[in-house]
Amino acid sequence: MSKTGPRPGPPRLVVGAAAVLVVVTAAVVVFIAWRGLATFLVNKVHPFEFLAGVVWRPDRPAAEGGPLVGILPFLAGSVIVSTLAVAMSTPLSVASAVFVTEVAPNWGLRVLQPAIEVFAGIPSVVYGWVGLNVLVPFIRNHLGGLGFSVLAGALVLSVMVMPTIVGVAVDALKAVPLELKNAAYGLGSTRWQFIRYVLLPAARGGVLTGVVLGLSRAFGETLAVQMVIGNTRLVPRSLLSPAVTLTSGIAMDMGHTAAGSLWNNALWSMALVLLATSFLFIVVIRLVGGKGAAG
Amino acid sequence: MSDRLKDRLATAAFWAAAVLVTVLLAWLLAWILGRGLRYVDWSFLSFPPSNFEAGGGIGPQLFNSVWLLLISMLITVPVALFSAVYLAEYSGPGFFSSAIRLSLETLTSLPSIVIGLFGLLVFVNFAHLGYSVLAGALALTVLNLPAMVRIAEEALRAVPSELREASLALGVDHWETVRRVVLPAAFPSLLTGLILIAGRVFGEAAALLYTAGMSSPDISFTELDPTSPRSPWNLLRAGETLAVHIWKVNSEGVVPDARRVADGSAAVLVLVVLLFNLGARWAGRRMSRKMTGL
Amino acid sequence: MMVSVLCTSALVPGCSRKDAGGPAGSLVIAGSTALQPLVDQAAKQFMANNTRVQITVNGGGSGAGLTQVAEGSIDIGDSDIAAEEMPGVDASKLVDHKVAVVGFAVVANPRVGVDNLTQRQLIDIFTGRLTNWKELGGADQRIVVINRGKGSGTRAAFKQWALRGNEEIESMNVDSSGEVRQTVAATPGAISYLAFSYLDDSVKVLNLDGVAPTVENVTSGRYPVWSYEHMYTKGDPGPLAKAFLDYILSDAVQKSLVTRLGYIPVADMQVTR
Repeated sequence: MSKTGPRPGPPRLVVGAAAVLVVVTAAVVVFIAWRGLATFLVNKVHPFEFLAGVVWRPDRPAAEGGPLVGILPFLAGSVIVSTLAVAMSTPLSVASAVFVTEVAPNWGLRVLQPAIEVFAGIPSVVYGWVGLNVLVPFIRNHLGGLGFSVLAGALVLSVMVMPTIVGVAVDALKAVPLELKNAAYGLGSTRWQFIRYVLLPAARGGVLTGVVLGLSRAFGETLAVQMVIGNTRLVPRSLLSPAVTLTSGIAMDMGHTAAGSLWNNALWSMALVLLATSFLFIVVIRLVGGKGAAG
Repeated sequence: MSDRLKDRLATAAFWAAAVLVTVLLAWLLAWILGRGLRYVDWSFLSFPPSNFEAGGGIGPQLFNSVWLLLISMLITVPVALFSAVYLAEYSGPGFFSSAIRLSLETLTSLPSIVIGLFGLLVFVNFAHLGYSVLAGALALTVLNLPAMVRIAEEALRAVPSELREASLALGVDHWETVRRVVLPAAFPSLLTGLILIAGRVFGEAAALLYTAGMSSPDISFTELDPTSPRSPWNLLRAGETLAVHIWKVNSEGVVPDARRVADGSAAVLVLVVLLFNLGARWAGRRMSRKMTGL
Repeated sequence: MMVSVLCTSALVPGCSRKDAGGPAGSLVIAGSTALQPLVDQAAKQFMANNTRVQITVNGGGSGAGLTQVAEGSIDIGDSDIAAEEMPGVDASKLVDHKVAVVGFAVVANPRVGVDNLTQRQLIDIFTGRLTNWKELGGADQRIVVINRGKGSGTRAAFKQWALRGNEEIESMNVDSSGEVRQTVAATPGAISYLAFSYLDDSVKVLNLDGVAPTVENVTSGRYPVWSYEHMYTKGDPGPLAKAFLDYILSDAVQKSLVTRLGYIPVADMQVTR
């Protein structure tokens, strides 16, 4: 855009709208931090025993030693399920992205990409419902255990994060300069050699960004996971063990805890942990993909 | 293994991946619609739910989904649009622009349950709205602002700069250029994006559990008093949506035909999402055709 | 004809008989899923008799009911245990109304092969000391304990009267009575607990110390696992809440609905707590 002399600033309406965005974000962070820190400041729970504690018994009477709020089972559940989900989803997602950009752009544009858009639109409760009715009985009958398991959660999440990874990967692949492609083919490489030795390495930053974004989505998913994971406050010992995540733990307990009680404060602290991990993901994404990649 | 062979194997693998994804989607849709569509009829869509007897419907929940979508879009679209205008037209390297970008990144990464909890804290409790349609709509706004801003910004940036420059060269000032040239030109992409996002809002649940609530009064269209809890238009009444209803029906498990209700609701939700997707594509194509030359 | 077409949709209730005068307004009730069937049915009947009233009944568990009524976000909170016994609830401003008695039975997956448990065995199962049904003379299946969430009054009552206060092992948690029934019916080796109002053929009901979980055994005191069903208001109930509570305590409900749905009228109890 060429500039032709000094421009008048943006009208207040526009600045106001942008300011609303900033204010709202700040409000979310401030409010959740304020409620989440109460556990440590008011109830005097030590952050280490909160994060690494294995026992979650906020209702333990004072006679037995008082309440215990350890969230390691939730933390471990979230991390394991999300990581597993992304690990399962990435190969298929990246392959789909390559398919759309290199192997069959026509078919990709008319069939695969709309299909992935539909995947993205299916509500998470519906994924949970399908998981509950199809995956849980299948795992219970053919693999053992309760059916409600880390595996069920990871499978459901892997389908849910696929559109995210595919979308970002496609953009990253498309951004690889044409000269590289022409040079590779000019030197006589096959398509696979081009993809493996030129395209994917060149797009690595973008693809990794997609993977981290997918991880962030999986970490934050609540209802679909809650319906299939078994909600057991134990660090899971195997793929078939039921588990619990930060998100499902909050969703299950928030409704029946009184504002101001330790239990309630501890749930807000869990929300604060989620907030902190989202910031962590932003940092990681910026490192991996460059500034602005996460927004 | 020769290079040729490896290339063919790789191609086969890529095709397999694509086919797998497509087949998975087809299976998913067939399962959901196959199991659920048979329960969807007029009485299912209009009758209120019954807590303990078979035969309930999803009337109020369906209406609430639509109503919440409308109200939240009314708030989201102007804020998102004008923020996008700032980002696309006026932003520079300054502090404010960085703050905006950081805010967008932050909001995008927030889990929807955290936004729902924020809504509980601020809209439901602090602002005394209670579990209400309004609290839910506000929570949805916070949730969708980043996506909406991103789509709007892309749409605005995609408008060719020649248009802007022509208008500016004619002496029209920047803001009027934006209003009269850039925005109309970006309209097709804006509309497409809006419809796609609307589809996602329709299915949102986690942010609404503790804002719009998990119950809905039996609403009646003959209720003339907008402050009555039975009035559909009352913004301060609880407004359980269809997506939340599926979760609730499953977790309370008391309705003898909970399966039927959940299957039917899932089918309706997916159908609506498909309609939104198709609608977005159709609108996009029609608008582009009408505005050829741009 | 237009009117009759409109009247097929329940969104137009003006088609039903109207009564002028009488109670009007809206009530929001939430809490115990064990009590929910009774309150829901009573509310339906009340609304049918008083068409200007709108009552919404939700679940969420006793803890949710007590918390929300104490905070003032709902009108009546249902609970399986006394408010003073639910950790984290400020009971000072709550007014109690005991509306019924409910018994809780031990339920298991139909194929576990056991009909009766002693209280000692029950405690050992829930504290994790017994892990296979064959140790009890049943099928060779791992015992899968299904528990309610910590906000559940049913769980609290069960822990107090059946487990004598012993803390259960950490295991799979479900949100509601209905979900307990579904999960126990579908999971081999599962064991849990349910209010009488939820018992049906999909789960196997176990005797405790040779005593069957029946209404007669509860009223006579032979079966100890029961509690009062409470409906709490914050302070004294308002006129509409009072009208509804009076309705629930009236013979119209106590002598028909309560027994029909598997609850026990407070008046029938030969033992008290």
